[in-house]
Amino acid sequence: MFVSILINGLVSGAVYAILAIGFSLIFGVAKIMNMAHTAFYMLTAFLILGAITFLDMPLPLAAMASIIVAGLLGVVCYKLCFDRIKVHETAVMIISVAIAMLFEETILLTFGAQYQRIPPFVEGYFELGGVSVLNQHFFTAGASIATLVGVWLLLSKTKLGKAIRAVDQDREIANVMGINVTKTSMQVMGISVILAGVAGAVTAPTIMINPLMWTNPLVIVLSAVVLGGLGSIKGSAIAAFILGYAETLVVFIVPDGSFLRGAVSLTAMVLVLLIRPEGLFGVAFEEERL
Amino acid sequence: MWFRKSVLVIPGRVIALMFGITLLLFPLLTADEATLRIVTFAAIFSLYAVSWDTLTGYTGQLSLGHALFFGVAAYASALLDLHLELSVWLTIPIGSCVGAFIGLIVGLPALRLRGIYLGLVTLAFPIILSGIIFYFSDFTGGEAGLYGLSRLAEDKITAYYIVIAIVMCSIFIMFKFTDAKSRILRTGLLLRAIREDEMTARASGIDTIKYKLLAFAMSGFFAGIAGGLYAHYIRVAGPSTLELTFSIQVVLWAIFGGMGTIYGPVAGVFILYPLTEIIRFYPYGEEVRFILLSLILILSLLFMPEGITVWVRDKIEQECTRCKVINAATRRTCRACRAPMYLTKEENANQGKE
Repeated sequence: MFVSILINGLVSGAVYAILAIGFSLIFGVAKIMNMAHTAFYMLTAFLILGAITFLDMPLPLAAMASIIVAGLLGVVCYKLCFDRIKVHETAVMIISVAIAMLFEETILLTFGAQYQRIPPFVEGYFELGGVSVLNQHFFTAGASIATLVGVWLLLSKTKLGKAIRAVDQDREIANVMGINVTKTSMQVMGISVILAGVAGAVTAPTIMINPLMWTNPLVIVLSAVVLGGLGSIKGSAIAAFILGYAETLVVFIVPDGSFLRGAVSLTAMVLVLLIRPEGLFGVAFEEERL
Repeated sequence: MWFRKSVLVIPGRVIALMFGITLLLFPLLTADEATLRIVTFAAIFSLYAVSWDTLTGYTGQLSLGHALFFGVAAYASALLDLHLELSVWLTIPIGSCVGAFIGLIVGLPALRLRGIYLGLVTLAFPIILSGIIFYFSDFTGGEAGLYGLSRLAEDKITAYYIVIAIVMCSIFIMFKFTDAKSRILRTGLLLRAIREDEMTARASGIDTIKYKLLAFAMSGFFAGIAGGLYAHYIRVAGPSTLELTFSIQVVLWAIFGGMGTIYGPVAGVFILYPLTEIIRFYPYGEEVRFILLSLILILSLLFMPEGITVWVRDKIEQECTRCKVINAATRRTCRACRAPMYLTKEENANQGKE
């Protein structure tokens, strides 16, 4: 049981971490509270399903193509919707909810509401400490961690990463220093949606996919981002792992506890916020004026 | 001052008055039960949306989990009705008081958090509660909810009038509560000050903690009335009243209508809710209604990001630049001080020369 908890927690934690990083990137850089973030995750899973059933693509190719299509769609959404009304922050949030709803309903109309399955990237399983673990779970965990490392390299070693961090810290000053803030925001939107797409592609074979599967991760991602400290990318990744393990523990320890799954991680979030309002890794600003 | 009270010369007020009269006379216009039902629901939801607007639009405390107050009050009324068999006239007020109490409890973290953090914490509460409700399904009915509550009234038309009367009174109270120009209550002005700049408000001697908690309690109370009415009207209190979508729905309605205006959320609900229900009756309506709805939302927000009522209001009304009295947009001179509302082209050109 210990090994199962370890592996399952790792898998869900890593996937939540990718989603949370994407969410906190676009929030930090463009101040967009993108409620459609996990909708892109759901969309990618269904694009893969569509590509392998309707176009007969091999699975790796289908996954690649779907992630790219989702990323382009994200940039289109940014250009057409978010960018135009970015002064009205609440309107931006609502428009992202509307976009998520549009995706959900379109998928519902094309694929139906039933649960569907995507073939695994790698077949088989092997024994580890007395429990059999699917190779697919290892693939998911490995790919997710590779993506996390990739994002870290992108942010810390490249010129684009430097620009992103600069805009994240202070829009005006970054603009004054000659960074093209609008362009950087658009690139971040693309990266963020591609990250959501990667998360969708690697998780899709391990779960049953359904058009409504975006709401639960959204709640977890929101709480991970708050728990880690809004604006702290490292913090949101660590918080995502904490929540992933918390969720797995509840499912394993409490019998019929799957209803409490979301509740426990959210309670953890509320408690942390009450004790330390700026989150685990956030910076407390001296009475910041919003 | 006589011109503050006038109704018929201001287009916005005329529309509001006509809307109120139409609602009161609605059962005379149609006897169709389905239509009556839609309008009743729209009235209940508009109260719910207005309570959100009091908290978020006026006080600036972002609530993304408003379904908590609605759902708690619905469950409280249902439990009181089923176990203690109290009358509807007791269960709904007690349920709303429970809503107000929950509002105070949720308001406590609001004292330390603000903006998006607060939104996310409030988002968490209804989800936590629905987890608990599913876990203790013997007491709470679980997935099916508590059903078989007593009716508001024996026939549909009486129930309609009960709902409309309660909703109208509550919305009027909230309108007065948040009216910054009110001469009786200062709350409207104070809440607005807290929204605009909390630090300055506190520095000017406003007890921001007290007023923030008051806003939470008021909002919880009126959302609770809406929840109680809803539970007794459909005679079920189920976990769907606590869902994430229901919390988000109210934000959609209020922002579509226009945040921070009271009449905005009412208009938002009365436009969007019947629309979603009417589309159902057309062929393929059931499948495409949310697609259409989300497209309408996206387009309207792109062109009217401040909400539909604000957009319309700016088209049909204008404020006199000299005496700040509201005039119809068609007037050339202010109705109170006779100052010209806007200059003609020649006057504009002449003014430049002077």
